[in-house]
Amino acid sequence: MGIPPAAKGLPVRISLFIACYNDTLFPETGKAVVRVLERLGHTVDFNPAQTCCGQMHWNTGYTREAVPIVRHFLEVYRDVEAICIPSSSCVAMIRDHYPKAAEESGDVRFAREVESLLPRVFEFSELLVHHLRVDDVGAVFPHKVTYHASCHSLRSLHLGDVPLRLLRNVRGLELLPLDDIDRCCGFGGTFAIRNADVSSAMLAEKIRSVLNSGAEVCTAVDNSCLMHLFGGLHRQRLPVRTAHLAEILACTADGAGQ
Amino acid sequence: MTAGFPEAARELLRDTQLRRNVEHATDVIRRRRDQAAGEREDWPQLREAGSAIRSHVLENLDTYLLQFEQACSAAGGQVHWARDAEEANRIVLEILTRRQIREVIKIKSMTTEEIGLNAALGSHGISAIETDLAELIVQLGHDAPSHIVVPALHKNRQQIRELFLREMHLDHLGDTAEDLTAAARTWLRRHFLNARAAISGANFLIAETGGVVIVESEGNGRMCLTLPQLLITVAGIEKAIPRFQDLEVFLQTLPRSATGERMNPYNSLWTGTTAADGPREFHVILLDNGRSRILGDREARQTLRCIRCGACQNVCPVYRQTGGHAYRSVYGGPIGAILTPQLHNLERGASLPYASSLCGACYEVCPVKIDIPEVLIHLRSRIVQREQHTFAGALGVWNLGMQAAARVFASGERMETAQKLSRKAQRPFVARSGSIESLPFLLSGWTQSRDLAPIPQESFRAWWARRDKGKS
Repeated sequence: MGIPPAAKGLPVRISLFIACYNDTLFPETGKAVVRVLERLGHTVDFNPAQTCCGQMHWNTGYTREAVPIVRHFLEVYRDVEAICIPSSSCVAMIRDHYPKAAEESGDVRFAREVESLLPRVFEFSELLVHHLRVDDVGAVFPHKVTYHASCHSLRSLHLGDVPLRLLRNVRGLELLPLDDIDRCCGFGGTFAIRNADVSSAMLAEKIRSVLNSGAEVCTAVDNSCLMHLFGGLHRQRLPVRTAHLAEILACTADGAGQ
Repeated sequence: MTAGFPEAARELLRDTQLRRNVEHATDVIRRRRDQAAGEREDWPQLREAGSAIRSHVLENLDTYLLQFEQACSAAGGQVHWARDAEEANRIVLEILTRRQIREVIKIKSMTTEEIGLNAALGSHGISAIETDLAELIVQLGHDAPSHIVVPALHKNRQQIRELFLREMHLDHLGDTAEDLTAAARTWLRRHFLNARAAISGANFLIAETGGVVIVESEGNGRMCLTLPQLLITVAGIEKAIPRFQDLEVFLQTLPRSATGERMNPYNSLWTGTTAADGPREFHVILLDNGRSRILGDREARQTLRCIRCGACQNVCPVYRQTGGHAYRSVYGGPIGAILTPQLHNLERGASLPYASSLCGACYEVCPVKIDIPEVLIHLRSRIVQREQHTFAGALGVWNLGMQAAARVFASGERMETAQKLSRKAQRPFVARSGSIESLPFLLSGWTQSRDLAPIPQESFRAWWARRDKGKS
């Protein structure tokens, strides 16, 4: 799979791909990622030339339009050591579709660059647990939390219990199980707009599960699902908050990260 | 443009009884399937083998079909080739008319549903009696199948009881499963005993032997295959498998995936005709109806690996909400979302590839490993490229929006500018509560049931730049 794990405890230089929607809509997630990684002694880089992974275009059928975006991504991250992405669907786009985009282009250099990129790409929780070999980041979060497994984290990245291991080591956090954890929340990118009725019905079911869990906070490794859940929870004025995993892990005893 | 599924789904979502029925039935089958698949340690290998055999068949379909034709003919069967639905229906009609047959009994067959055979026969005064319990329910209710394996899954027992009372002209009927099947049995028995001809689909065509395989649960199939003198099988050309031995894979994966059974109660396999037993006359109609065109699309070809187990329908969170009728095709759910538009060369069902959140649950359960999400994206891209060639499509909101977004994503500077502009543009939509509760045009789909937090004043990149400056 990826490049060999970093030597435990030694600082690593990590290049952040924040993802376009996090950059614009959820800057707190990015700040939390920086806080966690720097607290663990690592160096974080952010190249402002970065934009998007191309997923929205690709998944909507604008595959030709996605290719320049993919090439731009490759250029931005050509020489970096390890890439941290706090969004499993972007990681899935890169792992599942970049090779195909390269293959279809018939451009050997493109294919080589994708090949060199893939082992350096890590989803945020994956980076912590698999690459940096940390599952306790010293966080404190005294709340009842339930974890929503996004479809990409589950079926493309096969994250398994990686995010849960991180959550279980958070001081004060009570982790509550979510029913039907393998069922989609109904976001699906443009699906939420194009098939708004079905998407809303799927969301209603997911919200019922979240309420049944008894949690105060619903977390995930994708802000896309969380934006969807927030949308429904907020519309119905329900008292459950949403927070990206990084935002929980950024919280410490001194109140930082809150 | 792509109208169709969203509108049909909106209607069906209002039918709370139907949604409860679909939810309940798919939950039950899914649990059984998970258990039946889970108890096989070699399930991943079986999937791999199933996928490999089906792929191999598709790469060599011409060879295997000719081999089947030869073997089947040698065993006393008559093989016909049908280019499309019309041709297949005409062949069936000719065979039946020649023998002056007015009534045929049928085994559940999605292929004959696909070609609208019953209606074609009906218009020539021939009645086709469905003998599968679920198909009988669909037929008596003048309804359409909503699932590949369980076509009446959208109906519950009480609804079926009412239907039987009305259509079978009964005075009394209990509502247990036993009561309902007993009524169907009585109703069907006289048709079984009087029928001179039967029509079936096929689960598999064995190229090596010319044999045809049908698996079923009720025994109605066995009756149809053995009682009448004349048997007609309509099978899609993709149903071929190379050897008899290949059944060892599919007779394990199909029942476990479809109904969660280790084995189907009835597994029928016949080769041509046999003197003094079963039908005297046997016809196989090999149906193309768009399949060879699908075969020509390298990326979508895997669609034809399907063995019609319906497992993808039972796990699909979209199908779960709407049931199969929203797809307006005999093939609903994830497999229908890729198969239907392809069968119609994207001229019908163009909204179906979008009827998915790409959650991937279908791919995970597929016993022949069809990467349905990948095919969905491929079909979306074919639809997009076709639309871009039309005036309306090129100037449509989706295309313009996506082109604009692609230009924004070309550089970090452009993205920063776009972020600043969006922050200004959102102002009129931010409600007093501080969140966005109503958006115009396309985006109104989002706000029909969901709020949106406004774009924050500072993007991450702006924060980073500010922090960097502070450091130096």
